[in-house]
Amino acid sequence: MTQFVMKEEVEKNDSSNAEKPIKKVSIIISKGSLDAVYPGLIMGNGARMEGIEATLFFTFFGLEAIIDKKMDKLKVPTVGNPAMHIPTMVGGLPGMSSFATKKMKDEMEKLDIPPVREFIEMIHDTGAEIYACKATVDMFHLDKGDFCEQVDDIITVGEFYEKSAGAEIIFT
Amino acid sequence: MSTETRNEKVVKLDADGHLANREEWTKELAQEFANHEGVGVLTDRHWVVINYIRDEFEKKGDAPSIRKLTKESGVSTKELYKLFPKGPAKKAAKIAGLPKPKGCI
Repeated sequence: MTQFVMKEEVEKNDSSNAEKPIKKVSIIISKGSLDAVYPGLIMGNGARMEGIEATLFFTFFGLEAIIDKKMDKLKVPTVGNPAMHIPTMVGGLPGMSSFATKKMKDEMEKLDIPPVREFIEMIHDTGAEIYACKATVDMFHLDKGDFCEQVDDIITVGEFYEKSAGAEIIFT
Repeated sequence: MSTETRNEKVVKLDADGHLANREEWTKELAQEFANHEGVGVLTDRHWVVINYIRDEFEKKGDAPSIRKLTKESGVSTKELYKLFPKGPAKKAAKIAGLPKPKGCI
């Protein structure tokens, strides 16, 4: 039987306060613009790629990313974001947001980052769980049928914390 | 740089624990990596993935993204995670004798 031992591992195990690898993450996605949704999706997928358990919890406008009729239409806002470097008055012109969205989507496709719907399917297929926030679902008068099929359940904040036992919670 | 001993033969690994010299890779070594990674006996389906990422690495200089892999190799995301539990991209690359993938997706 072969035993593989890395020098670094031996050294790490020797020290008592060794850094423990992350085993589980709970990612909250709370905003509904394209640029706000992707970081959570990339981190969720990236966690699974590293063998880390992942739970995604969509709340408030973040729900747009899992609402069947809306998830393909998320946009990049062009006003109120100084990092876009577009003057507010120009950013507010009709079509600006669609233009910025198209540019961003083209760039992401080049990097092999899938569109939101495909990304949600992919993340769910990796074994990650996807939940919608009950308070928001009630507030927006939605039900399970409004969501894409990958949504595992609509849960309360209490249930979210139960499911996050032992997880690092990441709010986006 | 670290080394490991297997039946008197020493195989050098890089800092990530992947094979340091790609030329040393053999199918037998792939199986040994698979055992060590908890993947178990490599099946034909594992080899579809391993051969595909080796081909892609040969052409592009990096392992493909999981999205590209699942689209082009015919192995679905679900199956991929079953074949290489706990980190398919890294494990498949390691078994294939390639460095740790650089991509985020």
